[in-house]
This record gives sequence, C-alpha cells and structure tokens, in this order.
Amino acid sequence: MSTLEIRNLHVSVETEEGPREILRGVDLTVRKGETHAIMGPNGSGKSTLSYSIAGHPKYTVTDGTITLDGEDVLAMGVDARARAGIFLAMQYPVEIPGVSVSNFLRSSATAVRGEAPKLRTWVKEVKASMEALEMDPAFAERGVNEGFSGGEKKRHEILQMALLKPKIAVLDETDSGLDVDALRIVSGGIEAVRAKGETGILLITHYTRILRYIKPEFVHVMTAGRIVDEGGPELAAVLEDSGYDRYVKGGGAAAPTGAPAGAVS
Amino acid sequence: MVVIDATGRPPMASGAVPRPVRSRNPLDHDVPTGREEAWRFTPLRRLRGLLTGPDADGKVSVTVTAPAGIAVEQLDAADPRIGRSYTPADRVAAFALARAGGATAITVPAEAAPTEPVLVHLHGESPRSAAGAAGVAYGHLLVEVGPFASATVVLDHTGSATYAGNVEVHVGHGASLTFVSLQDWDAGAVHVGAHAYSIGRDAKLRSFTVTLGGDLVRLSPTVDYRGPGGDAELNGVFFTDAGQHQEHRLLVTHTPRSCRSRVTYKGALRGAGAHSVWIGDVVIDADAIDTDTYELNRNLVLTDGARADSVPNLEILTGEVVGAGHASATGRFDDEALFYLQSRGIPPAEARRLVVHGFFAEVIDRIEVVELRDRIMASVSARLGETPAEDEPATPAEAGAGRAGA
Repeated sequence: MSTLEIRNLHVSVETEEGPREILRGVDLTVRKGETHAIMGPNGSGKSTLSYSIAGHPKYTVTDGTITLDGEDVLAMGVDARARAGIFLAMQYPVEIPGVSVSNFLRSSATAVRGEAPKLRTWVKEVKASMEALEMDPAFAERGVNEGFSGGEKKRHEILQMALLKPKIAVLDETDSGLDVDALRIVSGGIEAVRAKGETGILLITHYTRILRYIKPEFVHVMTAGRIVDEGGPELAAVLEDSGYDRYVKGGGAAAPTGAPAGAVS
Repeated sequence: MVVIDATGRPPMASGAVPRPVRSRNPLDHDVPTGREEAWRFTPLRRLRGLLTGPDADGKVSVTVTAPAGIAVEQLDAADPRIGRSYTPADRVAAFALARAGGATAITVPAEAAPTEPVLVHLHGESPRSAAGAAGVAYGHLLVEVGPFASATVVLDHTGSATYAGNVEVHVGHGASLTFVSLQDWDAGAVHVGAHAYSIGRDAKLRSFTVTLGGDLVRLSPTVDYRGPGGDAELNGVFFTDAGQHQEHRLLVTHTPRSCRSRVTYKGALRGAGAHSVWIGDVVIDADAIDTDTYELNRNLVLTDGARADSVPNLEILTGEVVGAGHASATGRFDDEALFYLQSRGIPPAEARRLVVHGFFAEVIDRIEVVELRDRIMASVSARLGETPAEDEPATPAEAGAGRAGA
C-alpha cells in the first residue's frame, strides 16, 4: 500500500526581495488507487506544491515533511524521487532538442525500473500506449517536446505516466490549454492508469472541466498556500457554480468549511 | 604577388569582413602582434613559433586508404596544381605551403562515384621535446573531385605535433563532395591550417569540421565559387575542454550568382581556460544576385571558467538575394531541461549527457559515415564522463580546481 504523506509543508521561493513563503502548512495524504483533486485560484500555491513534491531546486522547503511509504522524500534528489515512484506531469513540459522521444522514454524507463526494458516487449508496450493516446508513431522520432502543440505535450506527459507506472502521480494542470478532443484523449489516458488501481493521483487544476471526465474521490481547495476546504466530489460541483470567491474574499484567510485537514485521508 | 583590399583601407574600415593580404611568400604577411582582427583571439605564444616558420623537427605521417579508381599521388613543390585554388591569407599558412615540400594529392576522376569513403589519416609522430612541445611539421593536402563525380573524403588527425597544414579542395562542376575533417589530436598538439574549398558550377560540398583534441587548434575554412549554382554546407562541432583553445574562422565569398551556403557550428565548452572562437564571415559581392546564405553558431557553456567568442559578419553588396542571415547564441545548460529529465528518474550525469548529445545531434546526425558518427559521440561522452563530480552540477570551485593546469 503506497502512501504519500505531506505534513505541515512550508515552502519558499527566492525573490529579489528575499525569500517569499508560498506554501504555509499543507497537509495531505494520497494513497495508491485514490484520486485527489486540488483546486484553487491562480497564485494559490498549487504548482508550488507539485514542484515541491518533485524536488524542483527553485523551491525551498522550510518546514514540514513529505514521505512516501515512510521514506523521507525531501532527502532524495529529483531523480531518486522518480525512481521511488513519484511522477510529475508538468504544466509546461520542457523542450529537449535533439533527444528523441523514443530514446528519452527508454532512458527513463531504464532508470525507473532499474534495468533496461527488453526491446521486443518495450516496443509493443510503447506502441500500445501511444495508440491509446491517439499518437502518431512518427512522434517517437521527434525531439522531446520539440515543436509539440499544447495537446501533444500533454499527451506525451500522460504517455510517460502510463509507461513509468508511478506509485503517486501529480498532474499539474494537465487539462490547461487543451481543446475538447485533446481533453477527452488525455482524460482517457489518465483514467486508464487510474483504473489499474496501482497509482495514487493528485490532480491539480484551476478548472472543473476535467472533473467531468475524471471523478476524484477527494477534492481539496487551496488558497494562499493552505488547503482551506476539503470534501468529496460534491465540492467540485459547488466550485463549478460559485467559483473561488468565497474562499478568496478576506485575503485568503477563510477558515476551512469542510472537514479538518487530514480527515479525508 | 601581393593583393591588398582594393579600397586600400585597413581591413577593419573596409567593411564588415576584413580582406587579408594574399600571397605565397610568408614575408609578405606581417608578423601578427595579436591586435589584428584576425589574430586578436589567438594566444600567439601558444603557437610555438609557427609565425616565424621554424624548421620542421617533427613529423605528421599521411596514410591514405582509397577505393579503387582514386588516384593518390605525392606532388613536388613545383607542381602547378598546388596553390591553384588557394593562396595563403596569413603568415602561418604561407610558411606551411612554403615548407611542406610538396603535397599529397587525392584525385577522384570525373563521373566516378565510389561508395566507400577515402580515408586520410594524419598522425602526429612527434614526441614532446625537452622543452615540452611537440615537434614542428608542415603539410599540404590537395583534394580534387572531377566533374560530376561524387565522393566522401575523411581527414582524421591524431597523435601529437605542432602542425601547420593547409588543405585545398577543388570540387569540379556538377560534382558532389562530402568532406570531414576530424581533429582528434592528443592533448599537446597545436594545429593551424587553412581549409580552402573551391566549388564548381552546380557543385555541392557538404563539409564537417569536428574539433575535439589538441592544445590549440586554429582552422580557417574558406569557400569560393567558380560558377553559379554552387552549394556549400559547412557544419562544425567542437568540444573545448579545460585549457584548450579551439578557433574556427570561416569565410564564404559569394561572387557568382545563385549560390547557396549554410554554416552550422555547434560547440560545447567545459572547464577553466576552455576558449572557443567562431568567426563567420560571409561576403555577397555586387554581382552575386539570387544568393541564399545562412550561418549559425550555438555554444553550450557547461561550466564556469570557459569562454566562447562568437562573431558573425555579413557583408552584402547586392539587395537581390534569396536570403542572407546569421544567428549566434551562447548559453548554459538549461536547468529546466535537466530537471525534466531527472524528474523521469534519469541521474544528473546521464541527464547532462543526453542534453549535450541532443545539442550536437543536429549536426552530427548529418554525417553519413556511421562509424565516424559513433566515434564522435563516444568521444563526447568520454569527455563528459570525466566530469570531476559525477552527480553534482559543476561549481566554479570545481571548474577552477578540477582541471587547472591541464
């Protein structure tokens, strides 16, 4: 049973005016097979949370803990976190010119699995995953994210998730910038991973649109660096109707209206 | 014979691209002081006296492996074919021509199309002298590709020497030549040379200049077209390690109409005192209408303490061109790219290797000789593998201390 536990997480970034605290005590538990949605307005700290879990050097954890099955995630380097089973689907995937998708996928699968996948089964595996995401086979020979459209980048992220089979997948605004067709395909890819029940999913989103395709068991509302409300899928419906106004009014200091932090886990 | 820029003005004032003196007589060329545009980046003291044309006391052996039908000859110094396409433009090149004592000539007959490449192995056999410098050697190589022929010629420089050598390449009308010059010298070598390409009417040159080794390498590839329809692709790759000076000075002169040139040089630099210089000069003469030219230099600085100079110059004397442009950029590792790869489980050293390979792939993948491509990539990998701290991004302290004095 894989469990990601985040306790009292405080995270700062360096700015010209000195360090600025973005996360101010986040508590969250995600277990294998569960799907959580974190929703919140721009600037609430959602992306900071996802980058902090993955270990981006720009973010400094000043207090709190992140553990995966009891192991101290914060003590691990970025690559070690991935090998431990954490995956981050990025909002803005980075171009790596000249490195082909096929070479990249094989390098990462080799690193995460601890051994090079057998060529024959690997080719089949990649082909099947790409077909499921309606990706042209020629895609594998392109440079990583090089000249990809927004939809292609996101499909490529979900392709990686499907192949790397993480214990915990953080999907950072995977729905943003997608048209209806691309959203359907990407959501289908996420749903396929979720249906296997081997991965805990943390879906970070600004909009409720993707939640029509992927139904989370848990919804958390984040504003001003804290989780200020938590509930079940019904909370997403409330947000769909009323937006974040009631949380944001009063400078983000709104008291949680739902269960106390951690109670949903 | 001395030809001086017709304007009579000093090179810097005559236009964007300096016009050098051209003469076979070394004494017609001034001894550089280091302040000249053509020499200001070069550490003259590390040329080991090549500017004064010292007697040869070392040796660079030339071994040619050629498919049947290709003539390989040793020419006398007086042979009229020598210097047909090239007149030295600086003092070192003039001494090299004067002291080479002849030339090795490789001739691809008209309409021949050998499937195997011609391999020219130039091996510096000059052990270091008591003073620590490799012995001086001179050479001249002549490559002639007959009309409508098609061939690949590979120059492979290895070993150690203080070598001044020119290469004259004459591509016949309608011919096609792929030309690779690999500078894979041992650490102590010095190599200064002109690579002069003369492109016939409707001929095509695809060249690759790959500089990996040596203490100091300064190459000056030039392209001239003898008729319209010529096409020259000048590709370059260099990996400048701690203490190395690698300089590539290109000059493409579009005189006839309707010729094309593409220059693409990519370099990576690593370690204290690594210094690369790329000069990309393109001249489009007044009659060279319908010219299509673009030059690009990209440098990837892997650590602190390395320096890349990149100077593109474009001088256009006619407005009736298809295209004329240049781009130059020098940057560091993209931290976000490294983060992305690491977030997929790839260890930092492997992530850096992938990024550098990807950076070079655009150029190296164009080389059709597979063994050569693999050898170049392996050499780049080996150099990256020597990174002082495998799993740490190099810090200034590492870059300074790790390879100082190398």
